[in-house]
Amino acid sequence: MSGYRMEGAGRPDRSQPVRFSFDGESYQGYAGDTLASALLAQGVTLFGRSFKYHRPRGVLGAGVEEPNALVSVIRGPGRFTPNVRATSVEIYEGLEAVSQNRWPSLKTDVGSITDRLGMFFPAGFYNKTFMWPRSFWEKVYEPAIRRVAGLGDAPTEIDPDRYAATYAHCDLLIVGAGPAGIDAALEATGTRKRVILIDEQNELGGGALSDPALNPWLEASVRDLRAAPNVQILTRCTAFGFYHDNFVGAVERLTEHRADIGDGPREKLWRIRAGEVVLAQGAIERPLVFEGNDTPGVMLASAARAWLLRYGVAVGRKVVLMASHDSGWRDVFAMAKAGMSVAAIVDVRGTVDQALLDSAAQLGITVHLGSSVIGVSGRHAVSGIEVAANDGGNRRKIACDALLMAGGWTPTIHLWSHSKGTIAWRDDLGAYVPDKPNENVRCVGACAGKWDFGSGVVVPALPTPRDPTRIKAFVDFQNDVTAKDIGLAVREGFRSIEHVKRYTTNGMATDQGKTSNLNGLQLASTALGRAVTEVGLTTFRPPYTPQTFGALAGRAKDALFQPTRKTAIDGWAEENGAVYEPVAQWRRARYFPRGSEDMHAAVNRECLAVREGVGIFDASTLGKIEVVGPDAAEFLNRMYTNPWKQLQPGRCRYGLLLKEDGFITDDGVAGRITDDRFHVTTTTGGAARVLNMMEDYLQTEWPDLDVWLTSTTEQWSVIALQGPRARDVIAPLVDDIDLSAEAFPHMAVRLGHICGVPTRLFRVSFTGELGFEINVPAQYGRAIWERVFEAGRPHGITPYGTETMHVLRAEKGYIIVGQDTDGTVTPMDAGIDWAIGKKKPDFVGKRSLSRPDIVAPGRKHLVGLLTEDPDVVLDEGAQIVADPSQAVPMTMLGHVTSSYWSASLGRSIAMALVAGGHERMGETLHIPMPGTTHRAVVTGTIFFDPEGSRLNG
Amino acid sequence: MLLIHCPYCDEKRPEIEFAYGGEAHIARPHDPSTLNDEEWEGHLFIRSNPRGRHHERWRHIHGCGRFFNAVRDTVTDKFETTYKAGEPRR
Amino acid sequence: MTRFNAFNLFAKALGGHKSWPEQWPDARPKPFYDAIIVGGGGHGLGAAYYLAKKYGIRNVAVIEKGWLGGGNTGRNTTIIRSNYLYDESAHLYDHAVKLWDGLSQELNYNTMYSKRGVMMLAHNVHDVQSFKRHIHANRLNGVDNEWLTPEEAKAYCPPLSIDPGARYPVLGAALQRRGGTARHDTVAWGYARAAAALGVDIIQNCAVTGIRRGPSGAIEGVETERGFIAAPKVGVSAAGNSSVIMQMAGLQFPLESYPLQALVSEPIKPVFPCVVMSNTVHAYMSQSDKGELVIGAGTDQYVSYSQRGALHIIEHTVAAICEIFPIFRRMRMLRSWGGVVDVTPDRSPILGKTPVPGLYVNCGWGTGGFKATPGAADLLAYTIARDEPHPINAPFNLDRFRNGRLIDEAAAAAVAH
Repeated sequence: MSGYRMEGAGRPDRSQPVRFSFDGESYQGYAGDTLASALLAQGVTLFGRSFKYHRPRGVLGAGVEEPNALVSVIRGPGRFTPNVRATSVEIYEGLEAVSQNRWPSLKTDVGSITDRLGMFFPAGFYNKTFMWPRSFWEKVYEPAIRRVAGLGDAPTEIDPDRYAATYAHCDLLIVGAGPAGIDAALEATGTRKRVILIDEQNELGGGALSDPALNPWLEASVRDLRAAPNVQILTRCTAFGFYHDNFVGAVERLTEHRADIGDGPREKLWRIRAGEVVLAQGAIERPLVFEGNDTPGVMLASAARAWLLRYGVAVGRKVVLMASHDSGWRDVFAMAKAGMSVAAIVDVRGTVDQALLDSAAQLGITVHLGSSVIGVSGRHAVSGIEVAANDGGNRRKIACDALLMAGGWTPTIHLWSHSKGTIAWRDDLGAYVPDKPNENVRCVGACAGKWDFGSGVVVPALPTPRDPTRIKAFVDFQNDVTAKDIGLAVREGFRSIEHVKRYTTNGMATDQGKTSNLNGLQLASTALGRAVTEVGLTTFRPPYTPQTFGALAGRAKDALFQPTRKTAIDGWAEENGAVYEPVAQWRRARYFPRGSEDMHAAVNRECLAVREGVGIFDASTLGKIEVVGPDAAEFLNRMYTNPWKQLQPGRCRYGLLLKEDGFITDDGVAGRITDDRFHVTTTTGGAARVLNMMEDYLQTEWPDLDVWLTSTTEQWSVIALQGPRARDVIAPLVDDIDLSAEAFPHMAVRLGHICGVPTRLFRVSFTGELGFEINVPAQYGRAIWERVFEAGRPHGITPYGTETMHVLRAEKGYIIVGQDTDGTVTPMDAGIDWAIGKKKPDFVGKRSLSRPDIVAPGRKHLVGLLTEDPDVVLDEGAQIVADPSQAVPMTMLGHVTSSYWSASLGRSIAMALVAGGHERMGETLHIPMPGTTHRAVVTGTIFFDPEGSRLNG
Repeated sequence: MLLIHCPYCDEKRPEIEFAYGGEAHIARPHDPSTLNDEEWEGHLFIRSNPRGRHHERWRHIHGCGRFFNAVRDTVTDKFETTYKAGEPRR
Repeated sequence: MTRFNAFNLFAKALGGHKSWPEQWPDARPKPFYDAIIVGGGGHGLGAAYYLAKKYGIRNVAVIEKGWLGGGNTGRNTTIIRSNYLYDESAHLYDHAVKLWDGLSQELNYNTMYSKRGVMMLAHNVHDVQSFKRHIHANRLNGVDNEWLTPEEAKAYCPPLSIDPGARYPVLGAALQRRGGTARHDTVAWGYARAAAALGVDIIQNCAVTGIRRGPSGAIEGVETERGFIAAPKVGVSAAGNSSVIMQMAGLQFPLESYPLQALVSEPIKPVFPCVVMSNTVHAYMSQSDKGELVIGAGTDQYVSYSQRGALHIIEHTVAAICEIFPIFRRMRMLRSWGGVVDVTPDRSPILGKTPVPGLYVNCGWGTGGFKATPGAADLLAYTIARDEPHPINAPFNLDRFRNGRLIDEAAAAAVAH
């Protein structure tokens, strides 16, 4: 037992006791305590185990810089949070925390054997070992290495919490509400500026919270800020990243500190765009590097001050200060005045300001100048220290139960660094400070290197009479990086600080080097005999402190991860038992099983129904673009391979779209509504891409063309009615369009009404049957669908889905762009060069079609394949070879792009891209599969009704 | 997320309203058939990809829908200027 | 060179690790080399190593403007796989995977190649078709890749959600068991140490400022911050900066450089046994040997050399990860960073000769270069030594952008590297 509660000191509310547990033991603290302060008050010193050596560790800091005291918090199913800093966890009634990275218990940890053998595990040891015998790497070494990885346990259940996200805009964003940040905010009160003030802690004040003398100022300032209408205050909110153009990401923690988390979101992501950013993030005290500096009870002086003056917790009954900086003296003076017992001040400096010595004398504190701590006794708590003069003489032991380190200060320049502001080295501070901004941002207060903590000297490691290569003096506490590891890295030729960091893992722990980077840099600089600035500084990367995945994902989860697009007819399909498939962002009905039908049975039935009667299909997802204007035909003529200028109003044409590289990118049918108006359709997945491509050419290449483009995909519902009875079904519903084959032939479009609703009625077919595509305004889509369906009942109308659509079109050899083509297929390859306007001087992609490799023989052509065994349905994606007996790697000719069972033909059919395929008609090729090889004959791609007579019925 | 000035809307808007359109001022030849393969390759694929000043196209796709040009430094990501399509290179 | 092994580690430990020598000396540039490699990443250092080791050219320098492995070698998510679709790609990447196997022993440096398997998730019918096409092609090319049902995928990677009601349900997966990860930094360091032991000069903090060509147009050497260095052969392996270097030689390249971000979580105990990629949802992830979840994001949309990206890219990536692995929603992002990837029009690399005699290039690896490191290095070395490409890298020439013989993995499968 060392720490204790100091009555009358600190902010926790003594009238509100709070019960919580740590490692199963019950404790009491007060509202306003952190887990660390409450445990320290109970005399707890041991909080966790380090990553590599499993060394016992206590609390080092009092805030987000804490590398040691990491715990897991458990609050019910799915609410397990590993690796949280005890210094940042606010206690609440019933809080349950456990320690990590130890087995079987925190006090007795088998893993600490690595500490005893630590000499065999220097930095980078794994680069040098685990290579022999070779087979052991996979079987023995790697599994063993992976087993010891990690700190906290992995979560096992789904987090039930919700996370929110929002955007905010302001003229002035202030990050950090210590005195400097508060001053900046006060300055802006009474102006017209919209101000946001962010602080990561539970209350405003920062360092002022550890200085009771500032309490009156703080209270008045907070009152003024809360009253200012133009200032928005966010506490428990961490600005974690500074992105381009003054865009700052922040996460606000809403429920974690409460016993009852309610049903609101747990955290909220703020995306803030600020006119100006003021960074007032303060500075973090640096530990000193000496043997035993990681013993529980050794901590930063500023932290001990915060524990006492902010939280009312004395960290020991007899404390010693080890300083290289004045600030520590002031901290222990404040602590002594508040009633703590300070046994001694040890300062590595030979001389210090006389005022400090006078104060120490007044307070009765023994001072050892020009001396250093060279050892710490106690394993789970400090029991004493050994001090020696810097020349190694005058060794003495001092009994104490806490050792405070004051090694100087590191300005918190993380966000400044994210914003790509430059930094400058200050020898007097032994630290980098902000220099030239890259955005409209400035630093104020301690993070700008401006503080009134006094001065100090920079000591990479404290002098010691012992062999520095034989002791463990820690630099990065969590990752167990010691001064000798840094020395080893330099000795082995790692000269850049980035190399030293990566070789030793210094600064790569969950605190990201907040207390270790500068010490590591100084050590490397000293070992290399080069200026710090030549060794560099590792780049700070977002986030400033770790941020929850859930908060970053925000509301984008489950159904909101990506919106599901549904057609106006989707509800009918759902009510009628459709099985869906996702297609781009849409969900589309894949088939409509009846009873216990599987997909195969349903599709066979649906296919036959279309071929023999009539089927109805929701084609609304097809992309639709209205192309309007005097130059509409000229525009399409330039975009598509086909000729458009001669197309008469009321007629349709299949359009083929290439990219400028000559490869097929999209297709669809376009109808000429009037001279200056086309109704263009695209593939479902290609709609946005095609519109963007059209806009690009129209706006930037051919601005002289008078054309307007409008996406109408969601304005039209499209009901495809296909089959020999299709005309009979709609005839009673349409009275102002002559539906006869003569008046309304295949590939025509008519304007009229269906059931009184205006329609663009297309006579088109993607099945090879007589067919119509009824376009009606989307708000009428479902009603018209239902009316058509009712009208079709006497004709046995059958709803069908995308799978049947695929089979029917494959029977006719109609391609699906993206399935039968893959971005490497030209119109000639696909056998649809008939769609190229031969007399057109130019269209998008034309020039590429004459490139040498595009006209070379042996390209892959789209062909049909009929298996020798008609019952074999080839695997889509199966590879095709000429000689199945060849050795691997085989020479492959191509692959199966589409393959189905055709109920109409009573056999399987397939399409394939095959090298030189058009010259291989009738040839037998082989499809080697695991365990068997299929034989198939190359054919044309039209398997059903090759004359096309059914289309014109 | 960049803040981008749309010269048509004359407003600075966040990047998520815009779609990047590749290097600017690569005009499609008036008659591609007169280009040899190397020239056509140049048009299709060769890009300056500089470290520094880059002329590039953006489309205010979730705003006015217009394509425009920009000069941006590819090392700092800072925009120097944006201007309407068809205006001379800056 | 002091051998790295357990015995020496033990022996040196007893001596306080005081006698470890430099892993590679910090060389001063000589006036002349037989070959210079521009770019000290894994690819460049490896090329120097293979030039010295396999192809008999030992008077070689690697010139790096910053620190070794400081570019994409040290910034990637370390995925290794070779289950590419086209024969050319499969052969190229499999050449690399074969070299990964045994690389630790060859270099006497543990690169921690971990064959934990790479699983690619199919979320729709199109994915299934595409992955099966890959699997069939890989099988006939002798590259392992197998189809897993959703249940098998879950058994292989227990954190995976195979909820059929998910926005993007898992319909199956393609698994390459030889795929996996390696420790990225050690690849650069291992090649550097092994190359230096063979006499290669490794010159850091020395930016190339120009490329000198003689009257015939052929390479004469490179101008650097430390002066001119002569060499009849120069191999450029400069990733995101390739366009800039090639322009020094008067060449315009079909390349654009984009920001690519990645991130890691805080370390947790082992939970994620393999590598999982989902191109439809845009996420990929593995767990490092330290316990961090290593997550790759997509590229930003614009050309940039800034090595930083936007928050909304990270947001989307993390959302995607949580969609596939919902148990990780409470995990925290520890660190994110950006690299610069050089991307070709067909998303396949350019590896071979250039129109300038004596100038060779290895670039355009986009988001997928790490996995190819030993293979690309070996093939670049071969090409430099023989002044002609190896049959494996011959298809990855510059001419393909003129003649149209593209190797378009992205178009073919919508699969990111």
